[in-house]
Amino acid sequence: MAQMTMIQAITDALRTELRNDENVLVFGEDVGVNGGVFRATEGLQKEFGEDRVFDTPLAESGIGGLAVGLGLEGFRPVPEIQFFGFVFEVIDSVNAQLARMRYRSGGVYNAPVTIRSPFGGGVHTPELHADSLELLVTSQPGLKVVIPSTPYDAKGLLIAAIRDNDPVVFLEHMKLYRSFRQEVPEEEYTIELGKADVKREGTDLTIVTYGAMVHESLKAAEELEKEGHSVEVIDLRTIQPLDIETIIASVEKTNRAIVVQEAQKQAGIAANVVAEIMDRAVLSLEAPVLRVAAPDTVFPFSQAETVWLPNYTDVIETAKKVLNF
Amino acid sequence: MASKAKKAPFDAVKTLEHIEQQFEMVQILNEQGEVVNEDLMPDLSDDQLQELMRRMVYTRILDQRSISLNRQGRLGFYAPTAGQEASQIASHFALEQADWILPGYRDVPQLIWHGLPLTQAFLFSRGHFKGNQAAKDLNVLSPQIIIGAQYIQTAGVALGLKKRGKEAVAVTYTGDGGSSQGDFYEGINFAGAFKAPAIFFVQNNQFAISTPREKQTAATTIAQKAVAAGIPGILVDGMDPLAVYVATSDARKRAIAGEGPTLIETLCFRYGPHTMAGDDPTRYRSSEMETEWEKKDPLVRFRKFLEAKGLWSEEKENEVIEQAKEDIKQAIKEADATPKQKVTDLMEIMYEEMPYNLKEQYEIFKEKESK
Repeated sequence: MAQMTMIQAITDALRTELRNDENVLVFGEDVGVNGGVFRATEGLQKEFGEDRVFDTPLAESGIGGLAVGLGLEGFRPVPEIQFFGFVFEVIDSVNAQLARMRYRSGGVYNAPVTIRSPFGGGVHTPELHADSLELLVTSQPGLKVVIPSTPYDAKGLLIAAIRDNDPVVFLEHMKLYRSFRQEVPEEEYTIELGKADVKREGTDLTIVTYGAMVHESLKAAEELEKEGHSVEVIDLRTIQPLDIETIIASVEKTNRAIVVQEAQKQAGIAANVVAEIMDRAVLSLEAPVLRVAAPDTVFPFSQAETVWLPNYTDVIETAKKVLNF
Repeated sequence: MASKAKKAPFDAVKTLEHIEQQFEMVQILNEQGEVVNEDLMPDLSDDQLQELMRRMVYTRILDQRSISLNRQGRLGFYAPTAGQEASQIASHFALEQADWILPGYRDVPQLIWHGLPLTQAFLFSRGHFKGNQAAKDLNVLSPQIIIGAQYIQTAGVALGLKKRGKEAVAVTYTGDGGSSQGDFYEGINFAGAFKAPAIFFVQNNQFAISTPREKQTAATTIAQKAVAAGIPGILVDGMDPLAVYVATSDARKRAIAGEGPTLIETLCFRYGPHTMAGDDPTRYRSSEMETEWEKKDPLVRFRKFLEAKGLWSEEKENEVIEQAKEDIKQAIKEADATPKQKVTDLMEIMYEEMPYNLKEQYEIFKEKESK
């Protein structure tokens, strides 16, 4: 097994699927010779040629339309949107076209497209690079939305996403790209979409989270452990659809929950998880389900982002409110 | 201190004129049905010429019947097509069965002549998903509602055809308003950059709902927008079926030969409203204008052309009209007999497999629908 960063695991997944299926095509802005601005596609054009891995003109909507059209011709496109803050330029192709392809063709055509895109704060990017805009795509029926938190998950989830016949939006948190390494098998494997991962078992409180906040939550859980609280941490991995069984089973065991997201509080993944818990497990609860989230402003200019972003101390504080309710 | 320039750095007027001069309207038949450009006459047999006329007459009747069915409440969404037969039918006539069609919302006739059953066209109008369920090997998409989205998708399909080494092209249609949309530019630019076998069709029917072409753009022609993408553009008399046919088959030939996409602008007119949902063209069009364009009618001029060759008669035309009416009657009957669509039908096609939320909602709606 090799020690890989998340970006290496992503490249490895792309390479695996480019080898496995000649219908897989990787394209986007600067993904060819340059290997992507984060080097996620490093070496792929050299190995698979310009026919399979290619640069496009600089236009996100065009990239989205290209993916729709190539999908109709039986390809499995894996386009890269250079930063997810640019998704507004291509949102018609994603939400109005790809997401509806099966529906509007009465099931004749599917849209086996995996849109990869970096997002996430903490690395001091300019405006409209870091924003957590996952709500834009999770609110659209027809899409699946995946956010890995580790190199191992990134590889298995990305391979599963590329093989999925429904459109998948695969969001990669920039801060996690190179922040740590992990053992990642060199052979291929998949992680089923829609399945959460219980990162840490506990009996007193459930933390439901995803993306970079998984690591803040794990750190918080360790601190809380020192104070005698046994905390379970669930990494959603797929945020649309949710793994409702895992969430509810955990809440029924711990009777207390908080939901942690990097996005603003009004951006509703956490709100949706809270509503699902209320629908399904209200009688198990011994305290209100609280949220940890960013404030409801636009993502801040970079000097303020460290304070703006939720961190493990925020998680601890909110967890204590629920534990001591 | 800045010195006063003795001369402008370039001659703006001359530059524009130079571009505009390249886009003269191509015409073969004049309004009297006389051949004015013998050199461009397409190599079509007498049978093919008659078939082209047959399809245009049929399409006109389909339009008239659709409008009246809509008024009776027996159809839903409908965008009239009369006046655009040469643009729609003659361009389609230059295509092969393997070609892809990515239509705009007014381009249902091309789908029908490509093989979409009339019944399905009516079901589409009624908002029934079976109307969108074209056979997979038909190579057509449902009419696009988002203006311009079909342009970027066409670049993708065309690139796919090129990668597969198929002898086929992807053809898309929009109106003049569509050429103002960002996706129009991205589509022609992408297809040009990839030298993809695409044909981009702008049916310039003079109005985007009520907004006249002059307010869409400062460009004298839409065809000249091709210049910016580095692809050929051609301006065609869109009421002249032979000119439209020639332009399309030429574009197709070059696309198949690996020479990339073409933008075709056809100058035409829709006689009816934008759609049947309350648009009133008398608010934005004068009756003089309508009369002027009616003089250019593609059916009238092609009829004159064929009659002069002894290839068309009132009797032939009546046969087509009767056939169209009979087909339409039959198709409406079939559409009426199609079981009503259910919400659960739609839930089943949303994803390949239903996620937990849909599974739960499916049970609720199954129960609701059983009552």
